[in-house]
Amino acid sequence: MTASFDLWKLTKTALFYLLVVVIVVVSVFPFYYAILTSFKSGTDLFRITYWPTSFSLQNYESVLRVGSFPRNLLNSVFIASVTVLLALFLAVTASFALSRVRFRGRSLLLMTILAVSMFPQIAVLAGLFEVIRFLGIYNTPWALIFSYTIFTLPFTVWVLTTFMRELPIEIEEAAIVDGATPWVIITRVFMPLMWPALVTTGLLAFIGAWNEFLFALTFTSSNDTRTVPVAIALLSGGSQYEIPWGAIMAASVIVTVPLVILVLIFQRKIVSGLTAGGVKG
Amino acid sequence: MATETMASPVVSAGAKIKSELMQQRVRAARWFLLPMLIALAIVAGWPLLRSIYFSFTDASLNNLYGAEWIGFGNYLRWSVLESGTVRYRGLLVDPAWWNAVWNTVRFAFWSVLWETVLGMIVALVLNAEFRGRGIVRAAILIPWAIPTIVSARMWGWMLNDQFGILNDLGLRLGLLSQKVAWTATAETAMTAVLVVDIWKTTPFMALLILAGLQMIPKDIYEAADIDGVHPVKQFFKITLPLVRPALMVAIIFRVLDALRIFDLIYVLTPNSAATKTMSVLARENLFDFDNFAYGSAQSTLLFLIIAAFTILYIWLGKVNFDGGDR
Repeated sequence: MTASFDLWKLTKTALFYLLVVVIVVVSVFPFYYAILTSFKSGTDLFRITYWPTSFSLQNYESVLRVGSFPRNLLNSVFIASVTVLLALFLAVTASFALSRVRFRGRSLLLMTILAVSMFPQIAVLAGLFEVIRFLGIYNTPWALIFSYTIFTLPFTVWVLTTFMRELPIEIEEAAIVDGATPWVIITRVFMPLMWPALVTTGLLAFIGAWNEFLFALTFTSSNDTRTVPVAIALLSGGSQYEIPWGAIMAASVIVTVPLVILVLIFQRKIVSGLTAGGVKG
Repeated sequence: MATETMASPVVSAGAKIKSELMQQRVRAARWFLLPMLIALAIVAGWPLLRSIYFSFTDASLNNLYGAEWIGFGNYLRWSVLESGTVRYRGLLVDPAWWNAVWNTVRFAFWSVLWETVLGMIVALVLNAEFRGRGIVRAAILIPWAIPTIVSARMWGWMLNDQFGILNDLGLRLGLLSQKVAWTATAETAMTAVLVVDIWKTTPFMALLILAGLQMIPKDIYEAADIDGVHPVKQFFKITLPLVRPALMVAIIFRVLDALRIFDLIYVLTPNSAATKTMSVLARENLFDFDNFAYGSAQSTLLFLIIAAFTILYIWLGKVNFDGGDR
């Protein structure tokens, strides 16, 4: 009786760990395989192997030396950073108003902001194109910084509002008693408490801007102004059979490794930031 | 910025000061909201209105301002031929458009269904106490962190017909009898897109569901255990009803995301009619085929479809986005 019970328990544990292994392997394998491919060169590339067999930096050299990929990397870093700083700057004061002050139409406003963040971007593409042409920023980084505000700003406002709601009311009351104006409360009292939230939100917005494709594809038109997702998408050879898979994988690894490292360092914060966007029971 | 000095506290007029204080806060709130509202109006509100406007004109890419109003012509127009038969033209009778609508709906339905089921499984695993849980959580964050374009390229290589590792694996394990051109064949293109999307977004679903799971008090399960309730029954009678609010929010986020899908399909299966979605078709008309007004009509219709779906979902599902209110 006890023996069979133990066996059942053992099987259950084994099956559970099998599931765990499957989840981990499926999650990691494509990235592992991209790294593996990126270090292959020449005909090795077309020999399917599951483990590293050869090592060559040729793909990385060709990506970083030839063409405009380094320039695209700089574009992406610049655009994503400025977008995030701009969004945070506008969002901090707005989310103070949305989380700590009662006024009429507040929940309607919050719903509108959420709606904008879930907007189909294609719906504004034609109009944005017109505005960008009108402002004369077509095919410049500013076109992307401008258009990315449509998703980074609502997102940062929404998440920061959720974070600020959690701050104890007593701190604010004490500040009010001391005669602090709302502006002082934000800059002197809340900001020091908000640093972790700002870092998390900023990081998530950065990832969003770094990965964006539709606007980047539409509002830039030359190799030097493109961002990395567009550059990687448009890397191609003369025909379908000449696609430079090695170079594409090398570029993909270069773009992804910093993100993966950042995400792994800030795992806990990112998970809390992601889930702050609505799931509050 | 609003930096008015506060009224000096007078004990007898406490209530008056309090309401003055409230007014001051509301005034400050208005100024605090203004920059954000202006920014959103310029990047979202105005462009949306202009897109809708363009859909009622004959605008072309190089002639945005010389466009003339043509009413609903882009959506539906008809002409009576000499023989007396009526010929309808426009978006509402365009088979390419309805094909794209069907592709989008099919994609959204299957991707979200699988992501919900698999996300629930992953979330339940992560909610259990076991050694190495941190590793699993770190591992599932990797697909989430990888840019969509990069994952499309990575999977494009793995799904390659001649040199792809998945064909090789399928042949070795005896699952395939011959190599399949996954992304190029019409029958398998949608499956390929679905696999990549499910791989990439299940982690997001899992994390949202996990947050919901972690809010369920543990003692409910202890009580159920004592009563001898079977774990499967526990899942359907306790876990599912209690995690439902979180699940409903996660599902709507994912559906809205799936309905506007563009980048994955643009890169993984370019020019395939079997996967072309509304966003891909609309952008093609706007910028590649120089049917600017027609593309605007398509994007307007996409916007209306998504808006209608959202309202219906929130209304029917009684979804509560706004958590605590202070």
